[in-house]
Formats: sequence, structure tokens, C-alpha cells
Amino acid sequence: MTTSRVDQTPGRKRGAGGTALTLLAWLIGITMFFPIFWVVMTALKTEQTAFSMTPTFIFSPTLESFRSALAQGSGYWHYAINSVITAFGSTLVGLALAIPAAYAMAFYPSRRTDFTLVWMVSTKFIPAVGVLIPVFLVYRSLGLLDTRLGLTMLFTSMNLPIMVWMVYSYFRDIPVDIVEAASIDGASTTQTMFRVILPLALPGLASTGLLALILAWNESFWSLTMTDYHAATLAVYTASFKSGEGLFWARLSAASVLTIAPIVVLGWFAQRQMVRGLTFGAVK
Amino acid sequence: MSAPPANASPKRRAPTKRLMAPSVLFLLVWMIVPLAMTLYYSFQDYNLMMPDMRGFAGGLSYELLFTDPVFWDALLNTLLLVATCLLVTVVAGLALALLFNRTFVGRGIARTLAISPFFVMPVVTGLIWKYMLLDPVYGLFSWVMRSVGLEPVQWLSSYPLLSVVMMISWEWTPFALLILLTGLQSLPEDQLEAVRLDGANRWQEFRHIVLPHLGQVLYVVIMLESIFFLTSFAEIYATTSGGPGTATTNLPYYIYLGAFFQYDIGLSSAAAIGAVVLANIFAIFLIRFVAGNLNAGSQR
Repeated sequence: MTTSRVDQTPGRKRGAGGTALTLLAWLIGITMFFPIFWVVMTALKTEQTAFSMTPTFIFSPTLESFRSALAQGSGYWHYAINSVITAFGSTLVGLALAIPAAYAMAFYPSRRTDFTLVWMVSTKFIPAVGVLIPVFLVYRSLGLLDTRLGLTMLFTSMNLPIMVWMVYSYFRDIPVDIVEAASIDGASTTQTMFRVILPLALPGLASTGLLALILAWNESFWSLTMTDYHAATLAVYTASFKSGEGLFWARLSAASVLTIAPIVVLGWFAQRQMVRGLTFGAVK
Repeated sequence: MSAPPANASPKRRAPTKRLMAPSVLFLLVWMIVPLAMTLYYSFQDYNLMMPDMRGFAGGLSYELLFTDPVFWDALLNTLLLVATCLLVTVVAGLALALLFNRTFVGRGIARTLAISPFFVMPVVTGLIWKYMLLDPVYGLFSWVMRSVGLEPVQWLSSYPLLSVVMMISWEWTPFALLILLTGLQSLPEDQLEAVRLDGANRWQEFRHIVLPHLGQVLYVVIMLESIFFLTSFAEIYATTSGGPGTATTNLPYYIYLGAFFQYDIGLSSAAAIGAVVLANIFAIFLIRFVAGNLNAGSQR
């Protein structure tokens, strides 16, 4: 090590251009975020100020649009509740399925383990349109169309490969000796899993759940094709603004804010898990 | 089941099959069985409008598909969309990752702002862009163009595919940024140090150290994004509905229209098989890569 300054500035030396690059980075960050900021601003305007040829930055904020957005269609809450139930439901079902599978693969690996894991990951790469038609027809004959149960299961199938992989990778960080020690002490598989391993892997399981929640909440393809009213999620609610309603910009913005705010904020906390989960560990 | 006796062998077999069965069964039922059914339907003459006239059709659906000009439009649009979005997101993502790999005041906040678009629901992205940014009269883009003395553009009708590319790129550049940045941060500092001592300039440093190190990461980003871009749907659904004409109809939207508006199960299934094959071209490389990584780490 030559100087300690190098340690503080990984990647780049500080120079005259440093300030310019810093400003550029900030400028780009703000530009990327601007559409989101703009939607929040528009949501706080009246329809008249929202709909003007010259954008207004100074105005007296009003919650009027939020009030009318909440009443849109059969009301924001109908869709929000469906989103919450399907997103949380699919996350819980996904964890319940993924934990035992990942446990077996991480602590009792066999020659077939890698194959099973890779097969599971590969199902993630079947495009949803590839299974759309049979799923629709089978759901129609089973009465699962436009039901929360049907949608929850589709979200689960979409996230399960990622969840198994993530839980597996967190379990692999736990030394296998712990499981062997527990079984020498006479603990059953269930006991070892619940009393020893799950507490140790809790942060990893929470990350996995968070990622699954974000992906399920933002899922639009299945919601738009499989639901209509009863199980319709916020994706369907927001999409209902796409035609004539789109003329009410303040209300459209308020609806958008209500739909994306919780997940964008959660996403800020899940940046690292996102990388780990979506790249299947190929990037660390 | 009763607990095994305390003196059981420590290496005794856990009920691994029963632990894995639920996940395996679930994926079989929800992914593999429907996929097989799609393949089956693609050889059937099956229209929901005439449910009684069903039967084996051989390769008829594929013949109809390959002679349907809209299918070729959709295929071309899909490939254009994937290629353009890849180019934009990977180049911009790499530039941003290099920019955000420096330490500077408020880096965490600036980076968080830059990656936020990735967490916006695609339907909302579509609507924000369609109205508030791209509206030819009231949109922000038009205001900016008028301010600098240019004629505002009818984005969605004059440049529909470009508009969709802009939306998808806004959402996915953060993804490339996030993953490439993670890759950059694992770059061993001593390697950089060594070439700097040898008097390498920044370009040489980037060309000979950073880029080779990022090779794998770039590969993963390109493969993953290709698969996601192939299946873009919500942005198109919320904005152009595949139009004007077929200008923004991609393969997923073509299949959606065929199944839900023309009720043609046979033809749409054939197109769906096409989409699966296309996705697999990318997925095979990615899966091999993931599998290679697994084996590398199997000694524990």
C-alpha cells in the first residue's frame, strides 16, 4: 500500500474533474428520479394546475386528487386489499415451499441436487405467455379465474425458483456441522429446521420474503390477464386510467403514487437482495 | 412421524424427497404441465368461438402463423425492442456504474434516486410516460422542446416503438446499473493499484482491468435483460395497445390478442411456443452459467 488516500477512494483518484463527475452523478440521479417526483407533485395539484402547457412548480398543495383517486371505480381499497393479500399470500406460500426444499438441498446434498436446483431455476425462464393459454383455460374450467387464490398461486410459481435459490444460498452460509451436531443430540429434522436453522437464517429469509413481495406487488401480466374485478390488483386499478380517465392527470398521479409509494420505499432497502436474487448468485 | 432414536447415525438420511416434493410438484403443475399443454394445443384446431369443432390439425397452426404478416411484424418488433433496449440499458448502465463507483458526497442517496425507476410498477411507468412526459401538448418533453424553440413531437403516434424503448430503458437502466456496480465493487483494488504504478492511463485501466473483470457480469445482465425484454407486456398494454397498427405489437401482445380477442387457441399456442423457443436461446446460456457457478461452489 502506498498511500492511505487510495484506500478511501476505491476505483478513482480524486482530481480536478472529481467535482464535475460528482455533479454529473447527482444530475443523473435527479433526472432518473424526476418522473417519480413529478408524479408526486402532480398528485398534489388541482386538475386545472396539473393540466397546463407550462409546468407549474410553485402551487398550493391539495389532497383533493387523492380523495377522488380513492373513490375511483369501486375504490382504491378494493384493489389495494387484493394486492396485499396476493403479494403477502404468495410470499408466505413461497417461503413455506422453498424452505424445506432448500433445507434438503443445502444440508443433504446428493448427486441430483444440482440438477434439481438448476431445473427449478430454468423454469423461471419459461416466458409467462408460454403458459398463458392453458392456465387461462384450466382456471376457467376450475372456476379459478378472477380469484385471489388463483392469482396467488401464479405469483408463487413466478417467484418460487428465485426463492428456492435464495434460501438455498443463505442456508449454504451456515456450517453443515451445526445440523450434524443437532442430529447427534437427537433432534428430528423438523426440530433442527425450526429451532436451529431458521433462527440462524432469519435475516436471509427476510430478504427473500422482501424480494418476493416486491416482485409480486409489481407483477402486471397475470393480474391484467387473469383478473377482472373480484381479485383485481392495483395493476388493474391503475390500468383503468389508461383510456378516458387519463384526462384527469392529478387523479391519475394520485392513484399512481398510492400504487407505487410503498414498494419504491421498500425497494430502497432491498437493493442488495435484488442483485443476489435476480442474478441467481452469478454476481456477488 | 416419530423422532428417530438418539443413537442414529449422524449422517442418516433426512426425508429429502418429502422436503423437496412440494416445490417440485408445484413447479410441475404450474409451469411444466401448462407448457406441455401449450405444445399440445398448438397442434389442435381449437377456437373458443367454435368449441365443438376441435381436432388434430397437424402443423396447420404453424403454417397459418408463418404466413401471418402480423406475426412477422410482432417478431421483428420483439427483436428490435430487445436489441435497442439492451444497447441503451447496458451502455447507460455501465457508464452510470462507473460514475457511481467513485466516493462522493451523498453517493448513497444519489444512487438510490437513480435506481428508483426499477421499483415502479410497469403499468404506472407506462401511464406516467404516456401522459405526463410524452403528451404532445401538455407533456414535459413537449414543454422542453418548445422552450428551446423546437416543434413538439407526437411521440406515441410518430415514434411508437421508440417511445416504448424509452419507457423500458428508464425502468431497466437501474437494473444494469445496480448489478454492474455490484460487480465493480468486487474488483480487487490491488490489480488497479498495480497497473497505475505501471503508469497506465484511465482508458488502459478500464480496457485491461475493469472490462475483463466485468465480462461475466455483463454476460449475466445481457442474458437476464434479454429474457425480460422478450416478455415486455404491461408497458405496451398501458400505452399503445400494440398500435398504431402493429407498430408496437410484440410477441407477448400478439399472443394476448390472438387468445383473448380472436379466441384462436391453436394459433396463439403456436406463437407461444415460438416465444418459448426464443427465450430459450438466451436462457440456455444463462442456465449453463448458473450451473457452472453451482459446481464451482460445491466443496464446502
